[in-house]
Amino acid sequence: MPADSPPSPHEGPGGPLLSLRGISKSFGAVAALTDVDLDVAAGRVVALVGDNGAGKSTLVKILSGVHRPDAGTIGFGAETVAITSPATAQRLGIATVFQDLALCENLNVVENLFLGRELRGLRLDEVGMEVRSRALLGELSAKIPSVRVPVAALSGGQRQTVAIARTLLGDPKVIILDEPTAALGVAQTAEVLNLIERLRERGLGVLMVSHNMADVRAVADTVAVLRLGRNNGVLDAAGTTASQLVAAITGAADNVVSRRAGRDRATADGTESAYGAGAAQQGEAS
Amino acid sequence: MTEPAAVTNPGPRPDDPLSPLGQKPRPAGARDRLRAASGRLRGGDLGLLPVLAGLVVIWVVMQILDPLFLSSANLTNLALESVPVGVIALGVVCVLLVGQIDLSVGSISGLGAAVLAVLFVDRGLPAWLAVAVALALAGLIGWLYAQVHNRIGVPSFVITLGGLLGFLGVQLWILGPKGSINLPFDSGLVTFAQLHFLPPWLAYTLVAAGAVVLYATGAARASERRRAGLAAASRRLLAGRSLALLAGLGAAVWYLNRDRGVGWMFVFFLALVLALHYVLSRTAFGKSMYAVGGNLEAARRAGVNVKAVLTTAFVLCATLACVGGVLSAARLAAANQSSGGGDVNLNAIAAAVIGGTSLFGGRGTAFAALLGVLVIQSISSGLTLLNLDSAYRFMVTGGVLLLAVSLDAVARRSRVSHGRA
Repeated sequence: MPADSPPSPHEGPGGPLLSLRGISKSFGAVAALTDVDLDVAAGRVVALVGDNGAGKSTLVKILSGVHRPDAGTIGFGAETVAITSPATAQRLGIATVFQDLALCENLNVVENLFLGRELRGLRLDEVGMEVRSRALLGELSAKIPSVRVPVAALSGGQRQTVAIARTLLGDPKVIILDEPTAALGVAQTAEVLNLIERLRERGLGVLMVSHNMADVRAVADTVAVLRLGRNNGVLDAAGTTASQLVAAITGAADNVVSRRAGRDRATADGTESAYGAGAAQQGEAS
Repeated sequence: MTEPAAVTNPGPRPDDPLSPLGQKPRPAGARDRLRAASGRLRGGDLGLLPVLAGLVVIWVVMQILDPLFLSSANLTNLALESVPVGVIALGVVCVLLVGQIDLSVGSISGLGAAVLAVLFVDRGLPAWLAVAVALALAGLIGWLYAQVHNRIGVPSFVITLGGLLGFLGVQLWILGPKGSINLPFDSGLVTFAQLHFLPPWLAYTLVAAGAVVLYATGAARASERRRAGLAAASRRLLAGRSLALLAGLGAAVWYLNRDRGVGWMFVFFLALVLALHYVLSRTAFGKSMYAVGGNLEAARRAGVNVKAVLTTAFVLCATLACVGGVLSAARLAAANQSSGGGDVNLNAIAAAVIGGTSLFGGRGTAFAALLGVLVIQSISSGLTLLNLDSAYRFMVTGGVLLLAVSLDAVARRSRVSHGRA
């Protein structure tokens, strides 16, 4: 169980768990990623941000074994590894929750959690699976009405929780969340962000791809910015304003987002400038 | 805005009184079950209720139209008549569950009957060997369908439409110019299908054993769940369920025993239904079938061997279709050019759908085949008693099928609106 791993609320003692160096990937003549570095440490949440086409999805697909990089090395723990397939990624302990979640809506929560890795002795150990499901969801403080309802009856946030809980059964060390709060309401977003904090408390390295500056600043420890397939800085989430983030993403301090934020500031007399920029960025992204 | 909310929202705690996961489990009594069932029903999870209600309506109407309908003699026949199509429908349930379809089950059953007759009668092979060859051939056909589907990606609808015509051709070719082969009346196959009935004491013993097994397995599960601290069915509920089964089946056996009794062929069908029910509801393979039918991509990413599941479903369907064909030939004591033709194909598919198997995949049980075929056969038997020919039978069966599919679609819409789809 992942619960066995020691909780390390801050930087893990062994340096970065997952470290990418000089990753490049092109599709034909299009260079999707050029010489990208990225570090994810145990017990840390790294947000991966960037505008559309910045290479976030390509990077996630490389880490989850869907694509192979053209150049560069991936270090996992102390070793250099080659992630050749989704199965390799899972064996290493890199779990990815894609945006579509991939749940079977006609099956209930327990069946979804254990799909493809059912506990069985002589026959299916349904009691064991239900007990472990309840324990796991309890540890994540998940608000699931019952583990025996079909996933179709759950809200978007609850489904996200089930999808994340399912990856935890594989005892991963790094979890990659692809747009975990996209298409979620306010309360459900807060629920998922709480869940991400709980993953950090369990000592997992979390890489979160997001377009939402407010969410990024709420849970991330560091923010890695990609721009046009290249690194455009790694920022400390706590000491960065939303407008600085937007500047890093768009590549200029003077752009439509900041101009709009400035206009808001002028009318609202400087109150809640971060809020205005965050909202504007959200509007741009969606 | 989400930012302040995300920081200040303390989130649910495990001891949150509102969180049902933190609740102390209590035994689920009959009333809880009833409430949960009515909730599921309103949410569009209809289960077996529509087909049971339909069966009652049909039986009442037929009995009013013809007092002989519910006689022991007619019901004994009805039970035997429904077995061949019922077994085929069982296979159709398998392919529908994984979100596929097999339109060629009629042709495969006819081919199975023809192969059996040629090998058994013309070539003089022992019956068991002839049956085994027919089953192996059918399994091969199912495997072939699956390969074409998995490797080339042709929709199963089209593949099996080709099979419908192609294997009808093979059946005619195998039967040759004379076109019909009679099975000897004293052969084991024919007597099994026509003459062998359970002695009353054995029938009652089986019913009692069924009730005891139902209670014992239920109680074992309940106590295991209780030990693990999970909600479990109360003993009273389990006992009530077993007694209801005992009374219902006991009365049915008593009524049929006033005539010839319960046919061995029907018992064989019931055994197949129970076996498939066990596989679907209690094994990892069964879960993976539902998963593939519900969301194929999700199943694949969860590590389910989707191709193997699809292959198994097609092979099971074709093999069961062949079993149905063999039983049909045994019951008729002949295999001919019209074996498996006519309405067999659509009756089998209709039975599965009428029984509550969704055409959209991922929903249905083995009991759908049993109840669905009883509906179809009741209509057929009732109209035959009324001396109405197949023209009326086709029309009524078609109407009932349309009704069942509409119900499936409406239930699906209701599931969507109740967030259960």
